[in-house]
Amino acid sequence: MLSPDIIRKMSVTQVITADTYDEDGLPISSGLMDPKLGTIEPGQRCKSCGNRVGECPGHFGHIELARPVVHVSFAKLIKKFLKAICRRCARLKLKEESWPKYKTKMEGHFEKYGSLNQDIADEVLKEAGKATTCPHCEAEQFKIKFEKPTTFYEEKMEGSVRLTPTDIRDRLERITPEDSFLMGIDTRVTRPEWMILTVQPVPPVAVRPSITLESGVKSEDDLTHKLVDVIRINQRLRENIEAGAPQLIVEDLWELLQYHVTTYFNNEVSGIPPARHRSGRALRTLAQRLKGKEGRFRSNLSGKRVDFSARTVISPDPNLSINEVGVPLEIAKTLTVPERVTEWNIEDMRELVLKGPIGYPGCNYVVRPDGKRIDLRYVKDRKTNADGLAPGYIIERHLRTGDIVLFNRQPSLHRMSIMAHEVKVMPYRTFRLHLVVCPPYNADFDGDEMNLHVPQSEEARAEARILMLVQEQILSPRYGGPIIGGIQDYISSSYLLTRSGSLFNKRQTCQLLASAGYRDDLPPPAKKRPEPLWTGKQIFSMLLPKGLNLSLKARICQKCDVCLKEKCQYDAYVLIRDGQLLTGVIDKKAIGAAQPESVLHRIAKDYGNPAARRFLDAICPLLVVLITNMGFSMGIDDVILEPTAIRQIEQILSDAEEEGSQLVQIYQADELQRLPGRSMEETFEMKMIEILARARDKAGEVAGKHLGLDKHAVIMTGTGAKGNPLNLAQMAASVGQQAVRGQRISRGYRKRTLPHFTQGDLSPQARGFVVASYRKGLNPIEFFFHAMGGREGLVDTAVRTSTSGYMQRRLINALQDVKVEYDGTVRNSTGEIIQFKYGEDGVDPARSDHGKAVNLDVVIERVLSEEK
Amino acid sequence: MSSKQRVTKKQIEGKLVKLRKSGLLPPRIIEDLRDRLVDRRLTSAQLNRIIKEVEIAYDYSLVEPGEAVGAVAAQSIGEPGTQMTLKTFHFAGVAEFNVTLGLPRLIEIVDARRNPSTPTMNVFLEEKHRTDEKFAREVAQGIEQTRVERIAQSVEIDLAEGGIVVILDPDLMENKGATAELVAERLGTARPTLGEVTQDGNRIIVTPELKEGEEAVLMAKLQKTFDKVRNALIKGQDGIKRVLIKKEGKELVLYTEGTNLKGVLRTQGVDTTRTTSNHIHEIAETLGVEAARQIIIDEAKSVLDEQGLDVDIRHIMLVADLMTATGEIRQIGRHGISGEQSSVLARAAFEVTVRHLIQASIIGEEDQLRGITENVILGQSIPLGTGSLDLFMAPSKPKKKR
Repeated sequence: MLSPDIIRKMSVTQVITADTYDEDGLPISSGLMDPKLGTIEPGQRCKSCGNRVGECPGHFGHIELARPVVHVSFAKLIKKFLKAICRRCARLKLKEESWPKYKTKMEGHFEKYGSLNQDIADEVLKEAGKATTCPHCEAEQFKIKFEKPTTFYEEKMEGSVRLTPTDIRDRLERITPEDSFLMGIDTRVTRPEWMILTVQPVPPVAVRPSITLESGVKSEDDLTHKLVDVIRINQRLRENIEAGAPQLIVEDLWELLQYHVTTYFNNEVSGIPPARHRSGRALRTLAQRLKGKEGRFRSNLSGKRVDFSARTVISPDPNLSINEVGVPLEIAKTLTVPERVTEWNIEDMRELVLKGPIGYPGCNYVVRPDGKRIDLRYVKDRKTNADGLAPGYIIERHLRTGDIVLFNRQPSLHRMSIMAHEVKVMPYRTFRLHLVVCPPYNADFDGDEMNLHVPQSEEARAEARILMLVQEQILSPRYGGPIIGGIQDYISSSYLLTRSGSLFNKRQTCQLLASAGYRDDLPPPAKKRPEPLWTGKQIFSMLLPKGLNLSLKARICQKCDVCLKEKCQYDAYVLIRDGQLLTGVIDKKAIGAAQPESVLHRIAKDYGNPAARRFLDAICPLLVVLITNMGFSMGIDDVILEPTAIRQIEQILSDAEEEGSQLVQIYQADELQRLPGRSMEETFEMKMIEILARARDKAGEVAGKHLGLDKHAVIMTGTGAKGNPLNLAQMAASVGQQAVRGQRISRGYRKRTLPHFTQGDLSPQARGFVVASYRKGLNPIEFFFHAMGGREGLVDTAVRTSTSGYMQRRLINALQDVKVEYDGTVRNSTGEIIQFKYGEDGVDPARSDHGKAVNLDVVIERVLSEEK
Repeated sequence: MSSKQRVTKKQIEGKLVKLRKSGLLPPRIIEDLRDRLVDRRLTSAQLNRIIKEVEIAYDYSLVEPGEAVGAVAAQSIGEPGTQMTLKTFHFAGVAEFNVTLGLPRLIEIVDARRNPSTPTMNVFLEEKHRTDEKFAREVAQGIEQTRVERIAQSVEIDLAEGGIVVILDPDLMENKGATAELVAERLGTARPTLGEVTQDGNRIIVTPELKEGEEAVLMAKLQKTFDKVRNALIKGQDGIKRVLIKKEGKELVLYTEGTNLKGVLRTQGVDTTRTTSNHIHEIAETLGVEAARQIIIDEAKSVLDEQGLDVDIRHIMLVADLMTATGEIRQIGRHGISGEQSSVLARAAFEVTVRHLIQASIIGEEDQLRGITENVILGQSIPLGTGSLDLFMAPSKPKKKR
């Protein structure tokens, strides 16, 4: 809060004129656009400080209000104060005996935190407000009535009397410092009467810039409009008072002034209509500027716009390293990196300057040691600039291959949403990234765009490279396992590579290994006749680090009762000994993204992040080449069943229908056994849903049995590359029950879902059971039900993103300043201890082995194998 | 002892005990190590190597000072939220109850709601009764709240009698383990304000006492009494709407809809050490804030597990610890932790911007600029990770070339 004196002191001019510009378009002196308030036009000098646009901070003016008005935001506090002080002697109406208690409390708090406590003050105000007579002067007290937003009444016997801001100010002025201290206002900082305004500050023009439209018409900021209103009414009020106008008119104008001042501060005060623009749009005044997502705080202070960034569509490039990002040449020529000219690089720098902004790799700016920037776009003869370079100059050169940049995709839900990549400058106009980094960004290529930022300092680049590089983020801090890994075709391809019976001749083997960048010798082939043949497992093993020992169950594991391990008939037991894949196929469980305890996890954990990066950089191109050569696709014949199977499925579905209609009969005959705690209807629905789900599952099972492992669709679901058995069943056998809100579809028309059914029809088909498969095609009724279910899914997603986003925001806000201190405790920003040892054992989940501090089996095995 | 020599079981044990006393490794790891080593044949060199390697690995896995564990925890819990379903599902195994799960439940937990949408309890029985079905049923009957309307054939206002006539249903009473005498007692002596109670077999009449001048409002009075009688608690614990007995393995476990931890813990035969409720505030009131912390962890973990989302327990523990750090349960949000932040700027940047600024202007608040938001607002580097320390360099004078 500011005192009237301070407001006057910091003011450079009193504003009296409601107009802004005169006929010539020049700002009127002591008007709202007075040049003393600071300048916003380029080239112009400020009348107060003499600075130009960039340097002039703007200066406040002030308005002398003809009559005091209440500051809306303090109205509630004014009410509490009025209630708590005596109407005659203005002392705090606290009984003598309560004094010491509150005084020690408040003083204690003040000593500890250096500020007063509102909670204690509220207690004081509440107790004092209850007194009906003043304990000091024994004057009788009246009830204070507060009418929102700014009107106060005193309820005397003879009726309520309005308290004008002048009356209120008069009372507040007489509050003693000691009383005020207990009421929560430290008079060394603030006086209570400052809550009533007598002088109003006028913000500098920089705060409310006017915009000139193309037509030359000036359009003023909302705040300026509001200030015009205030000044206009203020002047009228003053004139009327001076002219000795009748009380009634003065009061009306006073009221109006109060309204304008109120809406100037906050245009969303309840109880009064918001001030509007001529077009009918509500004005955006001070409080609205600060508030909410688009307000000053959240959109300009907590989040800021930045330079040295780029955004474009992303597309995949399997030939990049996972650490790289492909940057279009055009962007590389726009983004710059400052580089200091030294004795050692001066020749290179000269060359860059010579190339200039058009050539590549070139340079956009030269910064001289005296701080002057030279824009090379406007330099005719770059030779002189290049020759003029000397140690100490800084040049802003183009982004080059090998630079480090930050790459980001919104929503940035976790730290892997911003990772550092090495630049690779490429032709065309999209950012290119490796497919393996899609999971952490949650990116796909259906039109996604991503942002890129260029760190400008050596410190920032070092941090980016050491802490944020993609390879350093392979292990997720969420669960202590890899979040980066193979997806989709990489999984299918690795299965094709490593399944038993996949053999490659020398030419194929060499081609595959060349794509992986393999440089060593070939091991002896697994088969010599008819020609030397290598197994896929051998090829895969060549890329594994030496000494890797591991066993796991593949995704295709059928979960038999007794695991035959190495002798598994599905080849689902992955056994790696000393870097050799002995048995098992490689699928999602081994190299997939977000798969803890996988081959990839062990490599990253035991051989380090660089090794994991090398492994991925080697295996991925190999898998791409393999699947390209073999061909991998899915067509309609992948979901066509043989006639016997179709008949079986039809039988299952008609049986279920039969069973369903029997259930309807039982239900309608009122012979259904009620489940405990469920109504008859609920019981019926539950039973029905169960019957139909069972039927769909059975049909799916039959379909699954008849679709052999040679079908690509089955390979994809089996290995975890894409899809699940349910998707297959829906395509091949039956789509099944459609649900809305977890119930069978039951709404639409009176007692029926669609006019095609009789009222009260409870049969499966009438309630959204889709008998057909996607392959066969849905009939119009089924199609409609399916669309209903589909719509719910879409709505659900939309709702979920917003609710979970808000939860995330709250979590982040509550936890963001919690960190580990040097003593191992976890504390917040005030230093309060949250945990004495992080996570009870001090282990960082990101460095843990899927939650465990140490993987003992790996350690023991390593030590024991060493000794041999 | 030469390094090639095999070590005996006893020697391994001894070594591990010594290790435990040294405090270099957490007990849990030593425990696991013991399980894996005792039955192996090791040389003492190997044993020492293993211990050394484990120590190195443990040391490597420790958090570094300055690590933004809070932000990471928030992200690790928030990010999976986008993958969760929004629906309420049936509780695994107990199809009869609906239990809120998924994102709504997770929000409920971090909100520390006073009235969770589906409060439930898992009641365990004392060891000797664990497989006793008859006993389990008795306990279930004992805790399930039974109101007059649930065991009565009819409850009616009888103007001729000038009171409420309750006709009890013997079958229902038997089912719930109540008797007419008990009902009469609960309506009469236990609640003397209701009025006079007369019992005749299964017929109970409650005649409200009329004070002077109340004759005129007899009907209103009767209506009031009628509602009270109908809802009168005959037996069981208030709030326990339904009880279900389920077999888990060999053990019988009681699941309840509605909670009343205090009441249930007082019930005979209930295992007070394992019985839980999913109502965080109730736990805090009965068992203390540490128990509430544990419930927050358990509940959040089970919600995430149920959705198949893998989140490290440490993240959830940190959130629970922060929520309970003051000894009271604080919500994650403006009415709890975020609203109690010490910095005005941080609070204003979160929610209800204007109010915080006004409040700060009244008391003349100072900002220590120690948090994250404040420093972001000012455009300074934040006090986390690499920014949590300052480096000062004393540049040595450049060596003069000779």
